Amino acid sequence: MSERTFRVWRGNQDGGEFVDYSVEVQPGMVVLDCIHEIQKEHASDLSCRWNCKAGKCGSCSMEINGKPGLSCMTRMNTFEEGETVTLQPMKAFPVIKDLACDVSWNYKQNERIRPFAPRERDPDGEHRMMQEDVDRVQEFRKCIECFLCQDTCHILRDRETEQNFAGPRFMARLASLDMHPLDTDDRIQEVKDESGSGLCNITRCCTEACPEHIGITDNAIIPLKERVVDRFYDPLMWLMRKLRPGKKETVKN
Amino acid sequence: MIDLNEIQTIEHDVLVVGAGGAGLRAAIETSNLGLNTGVITKSLLGKAHTVMAEGGMAAALGNVDGRDNWKVHFRDTMRGGKFLNVWEMAAIHAQDAPERVRELEDWGAVFDRTRTGLINQRNFGGHRYPRLAHVGDRTGLELIRTLQDHGIHQGMDVHMECIAIDLLMDGGKISGMLAYWRETGRFVVFKAPAVIFATGGAGKAWRVTSNSWEYTGDGYGMAARAGAELMDMEFTQFHPTGMVWPPSVRGILVTEGVRGEGGILTNSDGVRFMFDNIPDRFAPETADSKEEAQRWLDGDREARRPPELLTRDVVARAIMREVKGGRGSEHGGAYLDISHRDSDFVKRKLPSMYHQFKELAEVDITAQPMEVGPTLHYYMGGIRVDGVTQMTCVPGLFAAGECSAGLHGANRLGGNSLSDLIVFGARAGRGAKEYLDNLSGSPNVQQEQVHEHMRGVTDFLNREDGENPYVVVDDLQKIMELNVGIVREGKELEEGIEALQELKKRVANVKAHPTSQYNPGWNTCIDLRNMITSAEATALCALQREESRGAHTRLDFEGEREEGLTYNGVVRLNSEGNLEVRKEMRKDAPEDLHKIAHSTLEELEGSRV
Ligand SMILES: Cc1cc2nc3c(=O)[nH]c(=O)nc-3n(C[C@H](O)[C@H](O)[C@H](O)COP(=O)(O)OP(=O)(O)OC[C@H]3O[C@@H](n4cnc5c(N)ncnc54)[C@H](O)[C@@H]3O)c2cc1C
Ligand code: SF4
Ligand code: SF4
Ligand code: FES
Repeated sequence: MSERTFRVWRGNQDGGEFVDYSVEVQPGMVVLDCIHEIQKEHASDLSCRWNCKAGKCGSCSMEINGKPGLSCMTRMNTFEEGETVTLQPMKAFPVIKDLACDVSWNYKQNERIRPFAPRERDPDGEHRMMQEDVDRVQEFRKCIECFLCQDTCHILRDRETEQNFAGPRFMARLASLDMHPLDTDDRIQEVKDESGSGLCNITRCCTEACPEHIGITDNAIIPLKERVVDRFYDPLMWLMRKLRPGKKETVKN
Repeated sequence: MIDLNEIQTIEHDVLVVGAGGAGLRAAIETSNLGLNTGVITKSLLGKAHTVMAEGGMAAALGNVDGRDNWKVHFRDTMRGGKFLNVWEMAAIHAQDAPERVRELEDWGAVFDRTRTGLINQRNFGGHRYPRLAHVGDRTGLELIRTLQDHGIHQGMDVHMECIAIDLLMDGGKISGMLAYWRETGRFVVFKAPAVIFATGGAGKAWRVTSNSWEYTGDGYGMAARAGAELMDMEFTQFHPTGMVWPPSVRGILVTEGVRGEGGILTNSDGVRFMFDNIPDRFAPETADSKEEAQRWLDGDREARRPPELLTRDVVARAIMREVKGGRGSEHGGAYLDISHRDSDFVKRKLPSMYHQFKELAEVDITAQPMEVGPTLHYYMGGIRVDGVTQMTCVPGLFAAGECSAGLHGANRLGGNSLSDLIVFGARAGRGAKEYLDNLSGSPNVQQEQVHEHMRGVTDFLNREDGENPYVVVDDLQKIMELNVGIVREGKELEEGIEALQELKKRVANVKAHPTSQYNPGWNTCIDLRNMITSAEATALCALQREESRGAHTRLDFEGEREEGLTYNGVVRLNSEGNLEVRKEMRKDAPEDLHKIAHSTLEELEGSRV
């Protein structure tokens, strides 16, 4: 058991300040446990989101010593002895109060993505898909919508470019639709125009931040960019499509 | 008090309270039926409890073992529920589940596949055949994301972080709901002639639980205050395998999928103790040697299932017995070991368990055993509904999912909750449509009522002094752990009920920091009212049931008694505002269903209906 100082940002859209709290840390505790201690002992009105406490729901995202992370999966023994732990809301989104911020922008981005459009079921009423054909899609569907990747991406942090780019989370979602064996929609135009795939300059910060270890940049964004290039900038591919118009092209890895 | 005109008002045909699997499925149904639908949720969209479900969703698709069909699923469910389930609900559930699961594929869900490309199914406790459609050990995430991404295009309005306070009534019928926005602390009145509750359970009344802050029994409290009945509240499921170490993660769930994939339970002597804990009823269908259990795991269809996969009540009690007998693991649980299986297999089939133990307990489950012990997990009981329409005895009020009662009887089988959500969520939607089609006139919202409900919660902010709500929650949890725990006794229950009466007085006097904006302390005050109603209803039903059945174990009344099968415990608020418990006599089983439930497996196998 040891005493630990937390420096927590308190305030709302009108401004705020850091307030220090001290917490008795027990073995095995994570940052979220300490926040609960602070609520119980010192500040019952301290706002923060959480649900599962096991890295499954993506509610408890915040910046811990300046680094975006899940507070329920950040163990206290990862800090240096005596190190002060600073907690702030995610920076890319407007703050509501204390550690809770307004992430509704992400929900609006999601709504803009055209819904899944499946092919007909087989005559016996089943859909058939092979495991190896859905592995990649399943990787993207692991996303817990913590929005840490969105918080990290410099394009979304920049007010000027923010409106033109859906962000890594939704690039991964578009990839999961595009690579879905049952989906019949052609999404490449959407990827390029509405979602702004061209804005990503492959810094891979989003991938590093993802607590689900989804290969956002390499497995989702780069393949999508390649498909955009094939479609719009590659004359040979363009000609091929004219000669052999088909439904959706098969996915290239 | 402010005039009603000054309070924000939103109108819907149907208001769904809850955005877990049940709520979203209900809202999809009502939207598709052309009803103007609103959904409110305490958290953000996609964060409800459903997201945490791991192991899978039960449906007799028969993709892995063609002998499976709805009758066997129905029979398993009744046997698991110790025959206290509502017969029709158990049948409807087993019949509807396969189509509800297939429909998810049309909406974008990507389940793990069989070798022929169909939805793969895994074994789970109490299910005769591999029956759980799953995605690794994150099935709930797949379910909620699928419903969410499909749902937002069906025309429903989702109001996030909007917390329901109390139902509004007009002449005995539902007329709407008072709620508040977390973000601002402002009130909002929903005018809606039909309300569907999909609010989940009340596990937060216990200290060691797999449940989140949302599970404070809001649906139970609000329904009871509006005159609805609660049923089977004594049946609280303790999941046998929660984490036990380190202390801060105590209670977090370890999916039954670990045992489904071959995990074994041992005590400190290294003994596989489940072989000594096989109840007579299940003996003919359970392996009686390690060798047979191994053959089953290797896919021998003649071999019987390992005893680790007995129903949850049985396994939870067996672990308790080992711990009490001094044969527990280092930190007071049992060992659960899957390290004998190939390490890649474990990582592929149970990735989030691997992750969870690695990050939170520094245990590598591909090489070391886990330590596990019982954790409060699920409310079998809940709001009493009609088995077909899901309507309560309050006209216009519906309930589905974990917050409703009836499907699971005295004990729920793993995987039967996620299927419950989609089957009865859809049915509640249809029930609401039917009700609205036949409703004459439109119920009105009454200003006086709104004011009264508002006063009930603003008092917490306005009073000069009062108690810290977190301390009261702690004390409530202590009472429940001590007096209404996994094994119960009449005297302790009586003391518990008395202690809860005292606590009620304290709940009426808690105080929150006077900011209403995003104030978790205030929210805890509001939650406490519902938590204590749920806790008391549980204790009252537990005291009334003088037998041990399913998840309800009485030390002073061992074993099942015949009388116990004749009734369901029902609680309601009387005119003095006190909870009252009674025995509601059960109807006779429909003949055909009775016959199926008591058939042998051979009689039911292969009878695809
Ligand atoms: C860790 C874990 C693993 C599980 N694994 C499985 C499994 O493998 N298979 C299985 O079948 N079952 C499993 N279960 C059980 C199953 O997940 C739940 O029973 C089920 O998801 C409940 O769904 P629901 O739709 O009824 O409620 P929930 O998904 O809990 O949703 C409740 C909703 O109601 C809202 N709500 C509550 N009160 C209010 C209020 N006052 N105002 C506004 N909104 C409110 C909440 O915000 C939430 O949106 C598991 C449970 C847990 C905890
Ligand atoms: S790789 Fe692209 S999406 Fe990811 S952080 Fe960098 S710019 Fe943003
Ligand atoms: S992709 Fe990863 S980081 Fe981004 S929202 Fe999903 S889980 Fe979070
Ligand atoms: S609380 Fe769910 S991810 Fe942290």
